[in-house]
Amino acid sequence: MSIEAKAHGELYDKVHAHALLKQMLLIRRFEEKSAELYSAGRIRGFLHLYIGEEAVAVGAMQALTAEDAIVATYREHGHALARGMPAGAVMAEMYGKANGCSRGRGGSMHMFDARRRFYGGYAIVAGGLPIAVGLALADKMQGRRRVTACFFGEGAAAEGEFHESLNLAALWKLPVLFLCENNLYAMGTALSRSESETDMHLKAQSYRVPAEPVDGMDVLAVEEATRRAAAQVRRGDGPYFLEIRTYRFRAHSMADPDLYRAKAEIQEWKTRDPIALFTARLKAEGLLGGAELEAMEAEVANDIGWAVEEAEAGPWEPVEDLCRDVYTPAAAASGPAGE
Amino acid sequence: MARMTYREAVRAAMSAAMSADPRVFLMGEDVGRYGGAFAVSLGMLEEFGPERIRDTPLSESTFVGAGIGAALGGMRPIVEVMTINFSLLALDQVLNNAAALRHMSGGQFSVPLVVRMATGGGRGLAAQHSHSLEGWYAHIPGIKVLTPATVADARGLLLAALAEPDPVFVFEHAALYSLEGESEDGTPMEIGRAACRRAGRDVSLLTYGGSLGKCLAAAEQLAGEGVEAEVIDLRTLRPLDTGAIVESVSKTRHAVVVDEAWRTGSFAAEVSAVIMEQAFDELDAPVARVCSAEVPMPYAKHLEDAALPQPESIVNAARGLL
Repeated sequence: MSIEAKAHGELYDKVHAHALLKQMLLIRRFEEKSAELYSAGRIRGFLHLYIGEEAVAVGAMQALTAEDAIVATYREHGHALARGMPAGAVMAEMYGKANGCSRGRGGSMHMFDARRRFYGGYAIVAGGLPIAVGLALADKMQGRRRVTACFFGEGAAAEGEFHESLNLAALWKLPVLFLCENNLYAMGTALSRSESETDMHLKAQSYRVPAEPVDGMDVLAVEEATRRAAAQVRRGDGPYFLEIRTYRFRAHSMADPDLYRAKAEIQEWKTRDPIALFTARLKAEGLLGGAELEAMEAEVANDIGWAVEEAEAGPWEPVEDLCRDVYTPAAAASGPAGE
Repeated sequence: MARMTYREAVRAAMSAAMSADPRVFLMGEDVGRYGGAFAVSLGMLEEFGPERIRDTPLSESTFVGAGIGAALGGMRPIVEVMTINFSLLALDQVLNNAAALRHMSGGQFSVPLVVRMATGGGRGLAAQHSHSLEGWYAHIPGIKVLTPATVADARGLLLAALAEPDPVFVFEHAALYSLEGESEDGTPMEIGRAACRRAGRDVSLLTYGGSLGKCLAAAEQLAGEGVEAEVIDLRTLRPLDTGAIVESVSKTRHAVVVDEAWRTGSFAAEVSAVIMEQAFDELDAPVARVCSAEVPMPYAKHLEDAALPQPESIVNAARGLL
């Protein structure tokens, strides 16, 4: 989509552009707050921040309908928020509270929302790909024209399941949209130090999956490519693969001292901050005024304030309920939730 | 009542479920055109077509994971993993996804998936094709583990598995596929109930799967010596029918646990621990175990026979207690 072409006075595009910016801002500020709360001991365990990669989830999510399914990774706060999961439920989950989106059983790495067909964060690299293949298989077998969008990092390409899943999805022409978030590092290991072929989309093409690279710091580029890819998947033409090139500005997790990346490299990527780039672009095109941005920041801050309040006020699951939800209670056994 | 083989019983259960419910389908390596590595699904491709009898590539992790995903998406998949040896390649999907999804989603998602596979040794297939690792699976909360030892159970327990809302793993001992027996009318059985296969008053032989026949042979031999052995078929390793174990041991006051897995960390150790915890005062002798020797399975027949539980070793263990 060329925003320039549509920018001249068309209200929808301004509204849409503002929505994109606001979602990215929400994720950015939400995660900044999360890092603070982690340091304050309110959030435990692992915390993998998405800061720098916001344009990927926000851009890609625009192409998906409420009927589509999402499979994500352990770095999935951004995807959850971009999918429309309430910030309070996401924050409460990180607090481990019973009003969290997974009742405090999942935490930062395992966010779920049946109503929004958000099938979770998976913390074993590439472990979500076969799940996405299966969700798509179910859709195909039941004649539903839905897309299953599967997010994963470039590190997944080193796992066998990446190759098995691309092969099976292509072989069976399954409606999977593979969204590879190539942030160049698998924890501390640079892509070039772990892969003989560093162009992810070429790997996909070897399975006869149509694939292309996308600038992941440009939210409109991500949206445009994902809309095109999702439309093709929805037509029943089989899977599509986008290699979305991005960068995480923070360390792998809160426990990571980030000793393996050059400061200059990080600084270089920060000049392509997706939020700063998009903000500048909208301002230059006259689609965003300083007061509008301030108002947006204020709304986002307010939303996050509420989310934290909801998490703080949320109840703890009683310890007597420790072993609930290991098996499905007989009363709920008529069919899987969310279907 | 109909007379059929164990493999026909498994096939009858799958065919019945597929006829009754369009959400049920079968996928796995060579289940279609080949007819199944153990001929379990022979003829099903012709009956149900390639959409519902799906041959997969040799991608255990992904087709088990796809089974999980399809279950999440509203289907009732049956995944056949050719053998338990290959299932290790899918263990991550089993442990981290199938078993955990309901809990880690706070109860939002169930995974109504059935995974079947052949298990066990005794067929001259050496170190990589003779495992009995169902005890490993039984370690995992969130799944159920069935080990049918009879023709009737092969059918009735699988039908029960297909009605479960959670993942069920069915371990079919490969030496049993040609076993003939009576199968009932095809009603699902209750999961989590052990069965007394032979009543006795002197010693309990507690076993499951491929070792049931050996225990019955041992009981016959012991009867000739005037020892009445009771044979308990656990049938389900998770959930385990601890009540039946305690009841039998309380009666006979002697227990021999027979398990084809390696002794260390075996399911037999779990059964033994249950007896210690719940029936210690009923015992007149320590619990005995008959398990496989602690060795990768050797190929030569005399060595393999020596490595596996046999009627003679079960008889000797029982004698040792009395």
